Amino acid sequence: MAQSALLNASILKKVAMALSGIFLITFLALHVSLNFISIISVNVFNEASHFMGYNPLIQYVMQPVLAIGVIFHFVMGFVLTAQNSAARPIAYAKYNGAANASWSSRNMIISGLVILAFLGLHFYDFWFPEVTYKYIAGTAPDATRYYTELVHKFQSPVRTGLYCVSFILLGFHLWHGFSSSLQSVGMNNKYSRFLSKIGYGFAVVVPALFVIIALFHHFNQHN
Amino acid sequence: MKLTLKIWRQKNAQDKGGIVDYPIDGIEPDMSFLEMLDVLNEQLINKGEEPVAFDHDCREGICGMCSLFINGEAHGPDRGVTTCQLHMRMFKDGDTIFIEPFRAKAFPVIKDLVVDRSSFDRIQHAGGFISVNTSGNTIDANTIPINKHDADKSFDAAACIGCGACVATCKNSSAMLFVAAKVSQYALLPQGKIEAVDRVLNMVHQMDHEGFGNCTNTGACEVECPKGISLENIARMNREYLSASLQG
Repeated sequence: MAQSALLNASILKKVAMALSGIFLITFLALHVSLNFISIISVNVFNEASHFMGYNPLIQYVMQPVLAIGVIFHFVMGFVLTAQNSAARPIAYAKYNGAANASWSSRNMIISGLVILAFLGLHFYDFWFPEVTYKYIAGTAPDATRYYTELVHKFQSPVRTGLYCVSFILLGFHLWHGFSSSLQSVGMNNKYSRFLSKIGYGFAVVVPALFVIIALFHHFNQHN
Repeated sequence: MKLTLKIWRQKNAQDKGGIVDYPIDGIEPDMSFLEMLDVLNEQLINKGEEPVAFDHDCREGICGMCSLFINGEAHGPDRGVTTCQLHMRMFKDGDTIFIEPFRAKAFPVIKDLVVDRSSFDRIQHAGGFISVNTSGNTIDANTIPINKHDADKSFDAAACIGCGACVATCKNSSAMLFVAAKVSQYALLPQGKIEAVDRVLNMVHQMDHEGFGNCTNTGACEVECPKGISLENIARMNREYLSASLQG
């Protein structure tokens, strides 16, 4: 078989999508763990954030890898959605998708688009100011600023609300994405049911923690 | 029962087609869905109108010929049945029923509710077989010991009748469940292992070439499959394909 045919194969694309998803799931676990520290200890959160912000391995290796993973996942999501739409040029007059598949599995593109929009806001809030601080303004490192910046961002009820809605859609995305990624890489055996339950737990707990963190800082503005 | 049927009518493959309403009366709850369509067609013929073209053959749930997308679901609202096994008792008096052909780029409409599912045949031709010498030296398959667990799983996969409900119901028009069933039924048996690499590569290549969509694991195909083909087969095919890609 031609190499190009192999690279374009639907199964390899879905496996690549699944692997990038699993990578992003591990990143989410790390992200929520670090954020959760902010409601436990101000000092530890500042130290952890400073480490993440100035460690060369994280900044120059992990961060670009993460960016590639995110971009790949979104681009592949759009490509697959376009291909899938083309596979049914004439739609059904009546289609009862809810009869045989969950909302989250049928609407990954919608939850994905909300997450993409959220990433734009999140970058505007945190990543761009960070880049400006460090590389454009060239301000000296300050290991005590992170908690104050975080609390300040959650002052606005609108922004806090947008974050919470996005986290709920992230939960829907993970609800299908976690178990789907295992199926895509060929894992469907006696452990699958247990792992799917872990996935459902992850899809509830991680977004819920993000919501709790956002609400906590919104209602604790005294710092 | 008195019903309103909203049926897709299309003169030929080039025609644009559209939904046409047909009121129908005197339908017995114990009639099969295809018998109900027979009654409609009799009435249409008596009125001098063109009967509705639809696929059917054995009317026993074995051949996989009857298709139909009924009220938004492949083979209608019942589970584990083909359209010929669907009975009118699944509907209520006064119901409006949408009847459409299976929709997919790879299943073009030939006429009314009849679609061309020969893309499935071409996928089968690409690798859904084993090469056996049948010129008088055929070895009895029963002489090869096969693990009971694998034999059962292979038989379950082989129950696929190739009706196309998986494609019709999948929001992406993916044929992964069909191809996975055909790959699995051989992959699990010693006779199928010899050509396993070529089989999965060629069948998936043909599937992609036919224009089916990508699988996103919604599981709708498994729910609507009249033979209960499991998603486990898709995972197995993914493994087979990944392994074959590295070898081939």
